[in-house]
Amino acid sequence: MSMLEFEGKSYEVDEEGYLQDWQVWNEGLAAEMAKQDGLTLTNPHWEVIRFLRSYFEKYQIAPMVKILTKEIGKVLGSEKGNTKYLYELYPAGPAKQACRYAGLPKPTGCV
Amino acid sequence: MSKTPKADELSKIDYMPPKSGWMDTPVEFKQGFWCYGSKAKSLETVGFPNPRQWSPADEDWKLPENWQEIVLKGFKERLDKYRSFKVFMDICVRCGACADKCHFFIGSGDPKNMPVLRAELLRSVYRGNFTKAGKILGKLAGARELTYPVLKEWWYYFFQCTECRRCSVFCPYGIDTAEITMMARELLNLLGLNTDWISGPAANCYMKGNHLGLEPHAITGNIEYMLDDIESITGIRIKPTFNRKGAEILFVVPSGDLFADPGTYTTMGELMLFHELGLDYTWSTYASEGGNFGFFTSNEMAKRLNSKIYAEAKRLGVKWIIGGECGHMWRVLHQYMDTWNGPADFLEAPKSPITGTVFENAKSTKMVHIAEFTADLIRHGKLKLDPRRNDHLKVTFHDSCNTSRGMGILEEPRYIIKNVCSHFYEMDENTIREKTFCCGSGSGLNASENIELRMRGGLPRANAVKDVVEKYGVNMLANICAIDRAALPPLMDYWVPGVGVTGVHELVANALVMKGEKERTTNLRGEPLPGVVETREERRKREDRRKEVGRRRKREEG
Repeated sequence: MSMLEFEGKSYEVDEEGYLQDWQVWNEGLAAEMAKQDGLTLTNPHWEVIRFLRSYFEKYQIAPMVKILTKEIGKVLGSEKGNTKYLYELYPAGPAKQACRYAGLPKPTGCV
Repeated sequence: MSKTPKADELSKIDYMPPKSGWMDTPVEFKQGFWCYGSKAKSLETVGFPNPRQWSPADEDWKLPENWQEIVLKGFKERLDKYRSFKVFMDICVRCGACADKCHFFIGSGDPKNMPVLRAELLRSVYRGNFTKAGKILGKLAGARELTYPVLKEWWYYFFQCTECRRCSVFCPYGIDTAEITMMARELLNLLGLNTDWISGPAANCYMKGNHLGLEPHAITGNIEYMLDDIESITGIRIKPTFNRKGAEILFVVPSGDLFADPGTYTTMGELMLFHELGLDYTWSTYASEGGNFGFFTSNEMAKRLNSKIYAEAKRLGVKWIIGGECGHMWRVLHQYMDTWNGPADFLEAPKSPITGTVFENAKSTKMVHIAEFTADLIRHGKLKLDPRRNDHLKVTFHDSCNTSRGMGILEEPRYIIKNVCSHFYEMDENTIREKTFCCGSGSGLNASENIELRMRGGLPRANAVKDVVEKYGVNMLANICAIDRAALPPLMDYWVPGVGVTGVHELVANALVMKGEKERTTNLRGEPLPGVVETREERRKREDRRKEVGRRRKREEG
């Protein structure tokens, strides 16, 4: 089991750095993961993370991309409600990178 | 995760076997070829043995002390229980007809990916423990002991087989290598040696009814978003029902189509078709998975997961069942479901309420694949279709392994495509129908950590696509399987960039002229229909988006 060390605490993560327990997440942890990737989280990044977490709390799974883009468009303006914008924010992919920063597991199956 | 080599580098395949004999060539775990090990919590959820934290990369796999005894006992039980397994262990004459038929061998050059040798990994232990000649003569009779390295070799290579059964088509004895892989995986399963990508979905399916773990309100919520899109494209608001008692038909799709693109467009297509027909059907948020990742762990697990389909059909009081565009669902329902969970004598033989056709082939299982249902509609002239809306597409069809080789559904999808598209081209005859090449990611191998293996295994399929791209300008690869819809987009981006991937019912819905629809200007993906004038700005934006999608996939796989 891999561990992510942050502010004197250890957090269990899987082989690709996803938190094992989404509930132990805090904002500092997201910033730390981003920092390790050489990324600074700006307000739009946080909007995505906040939406992902609030969706996950309700549905126990990350939203499908169609939902994520639409909802982000509502918050940040319709010109930003598309996958291209999300990839600008999260170059390794909103489904993977943003979910990881948000402390959520990645979906598995026929996907 | 290792960096995946570029396509031109990967296509240089070394077919020279090692100098040492296969028994003396130790297994080397190459990065990019294997999946992460099963998580303890997934195994605990379904009551599988030996839940623990482990990694296939570790020396110590944390096995019970008597692991050999467990495997050999399991081996014996299965030899006694399955006559076919015993026969397949005995009859191979090692003629080699299968050797170059496997997509993993073609793409990797590793001799242990020849189906004959992959099976030999198991047969050698069979001989050593269950045959007189093997016990007495040992290696001379092709026998060996079950050692820790042998076990690791099993794990490495039996998760490099997609159970596609192409080799079986060419075997003069008809040995079903998929069944050998299934047995090997069952034995590994006795020790808790599964992969995360398989045991995770199986556990989700057990708890929540589908591989992704979509809860009821996530399913209805996702479909609501699809309905919004359908409304903005067609002007029609569709109101499907969920868990409705007394509906005539229960509809079950692979859950990937309820979550990820391009599968979601297939689901949108199905919603539109059923609405247009006024079909008396219901979705279920309980029986919410047509696929069965339990099938990739053990027979018993597959049976448990599959039982919910009949259970829900009974609870809702439907007459029969339609399955969505799913590959191994087709095989399960034709070759296993009846004996696993049947007899479904509370259901009726499927009869299309639109055409009156009785699906004789499904009289016993009471479940048909949607491709059969739709082909029959078209055959009877029940759909108003405008194939010109798909005129920008040059389509080819990828037969999924399970639909083509599991009591084949070969004509129906082709018949549908030819009626909804003007431009259809077949790939080379040795790569379609019963001889189809696997997507390279079936049987639960569609993870991200084994991407090099997937690209190698998908090479023969991609190569056949490339051929029709060069000959006819093909730009769309149609299929009727959710694993295909997940696995083929990155495969195309890697080997044949510019070719899209679609389910058949996405094509159907684009061509379907619906009663009361507004004039359509875009297809289900929001792209302009052929003949619709796009402003330069719109075109630029759309092309940017498309390029970006290709780039990001490459980045994600990289």
